[in-house]
Amino acid sequence: MGEILVLVDHAGGRIRKPALELLTLARRLGTPAAVVLGAGESAAAIAATAGEYGAAKVYVADASEFADYLVVPKVDALAQIAQAASPAAVLVTSTGEGKEVAARLALRMGSGLITDAVDVAPGDAGPVAAQSVFAASYTVTSTVTRGIPVITVKPNATGSEAAPAAGQVEQVTVAFSEAAAGTRVVSRTPRASSGRPELTDAEIVVSGGRGVAGPGGFSVVEELADALDAAVGASRAAVDAGWYPHTNQVGQTGKQVSPQLYIANGISGAIQHRAGMQTSKTIVAVNKDPEAPIFDLVDYGLVGDLFEVLPQLTAEVKARKA
Amino acid sequence: MTLRIVVCVKYVPVATGDRRFADDKTTDRESVDGLLSELDEYAVEQALRIAEASGDAAVTALTVAPDDAQDALRKALSMGVDQAVHVNDDDIHGTDAIGTSLILAKAIEQTGFDLVVCGMASTDGTMGVLPALLAERLGVPQATLLSEIAIEGDTVTGRRDGDAATEQLRAVLPAVVSVTDRSGEPRYPTFKGIMAAKKKKMRSLDLDDLGLDAAEVGLSGAWTKVEAVATRPPRTVGTIVKDEGEGGRQLATFLAEQKFV
Repeated sequence: MGEILVLVDHAGGRIRKPALELLTLARRLGTPAAVVLGAGESAAAIAATAGEYGAAKVYVADASEFADYLVVPKVDALAQIAQAASPAAVLVTSTGEGKEVAARLALRMGSGLITDAVDVAPGDAGPVAAQSVFAASYTVTSTVTRGIPVITVKPNATGSEAAPAAGQVEQVTVAFSEAAAGTRVVSRTPRASSGRPELTDAEIVVSGGRGVAGPGGFSVVEELADALDAAVGASRAAVDAGWYPHTNQVGQTGKQVSPQLYIANGISGAIQHRAGMQTSKTIVAVNKDPEAPIFDLVDYGLVGDLFEVLPQLTAEVKARKA
Repeated sequence: MTLRIVVCVKYVPVATGDRRFADDKTTDRESVDGLLSELDEYAVEQALRIAEASGDAAVTALTVAPDDAQDALRKALSMGVDQAVHVNDDDIHGTDAIGTSLILAKAIEQTGFDLVVCGMASTDGTMGVLPALLAERLGVPQATLLSEIAIEGDTVTGRRDGDAATEQLRAVLPAVVSVTDRSGEPRYPTFKGIMAAKKKKMRSLDLDDLGLDAAEVGLSGAWTKVEAVATRPPRTVGTIVKDEGEGGRQLATFLAEQKFV
């Protein structure tokens, strides 16, 4: 079986959870080979983690271009590595940047592109990718018919399991293209950590919407989230009203999440929101309005006032965990 | 020098409608009502604001789609765009994103451009890769997923709210940009705008006009293949309980049964 190139997503010197999932998934398709770009002094530790999760080889490239310019330096590096390694497929995490890198790489290599896969399985003619489309009302399976398949995979598409492999590091010196310096990243402000799990990675997400009725109302949502060790999400209505940061928005134009458990509080369930959470495994909703469309999706729905229900639930969860 | 702005727009099936696939596994664009993608309204809005700020600009709305997509162009024209280009050819049916970027790039080159403005993604395909593909094809910088954008002289700057960080970007024109739904609320067409739109020029182009061969695009020219489409099995109807004072504790019991607590 061929090499499966995995672009390793990292931030703040640490490998991110979706990269571990990609390495786990890559093992189904071939021999995982991790690509670690612009990690500086953290590269060795990230490469070691990639090895623990099945990377036989780890291509490491470091240069200031990766931080100083947008997207293209990473495309240059991947294209150069892919040309030398002739992989059977390239996997990238489905983030805004990941999809842009994957798209330019695919075009440059003359390869077909599939984005936002929720599953990838080996097939007779290369990987078969499943996507969840039209606000998760359809599942589409696709293959790439030309070139080396480039596939972006959503976080939480699969679990992550360690499977130690050689993790042999190969240093790569990238010859950057003229286009690499096209868009300068003048400054970068890492997102302040809330101390809670990442929204897209979390096993449990607790969200608030219009029914939370103000920025102060999110405290009951946050308290439940903390009791469950969950991430906090918000509907577009709540974000547009300025009650919660946009980085926490769940929906078509925010984050698309697929946790084991999603608890929607005071969220009616507009199509915009459903598109971002409908693939969650278990869905719970708390809403005053028994007619709210969110109740069509739920495994468990509670018609009631979230300001009464959530504190009681939080106290009970804490008591049971104690 | 007139600032030449091309804004790419897409005509998409209404999200609240019964979106589905046709027999050839392409998106059904005929039996479902369509409209200008909501996310492209933000692109039109930013193109117009940039044009207004520059004082000397021409904004062209561009789409690649069947006949009905004239509605989307008409909407853009009524918002204030100066002219429209509609690439329409039966052989385009079934084209994938990479093929669509080829058609758009040819049409943009033919129109002439200093700045290409796109929405962050379409509301049907939701890939969000077209702006990057256009930058790659046109050989110009991409400044994408911007929530704030400004043009000063020959430079575009903007704020990109990324997954892990917020970035300030800078690129020299010509360039391709995409804007998010945080970039500023799109204007509504005024009555005057709607009337004026009727007199604006809408140019129609086919593949020949763009020097493209039918084999490069369409379903057969796609580099990906949809093997199957299936409706997601409806979720089994869950338990709905009315809170009578014990709702929180009952919910905790449910969560415990499901092993979440």
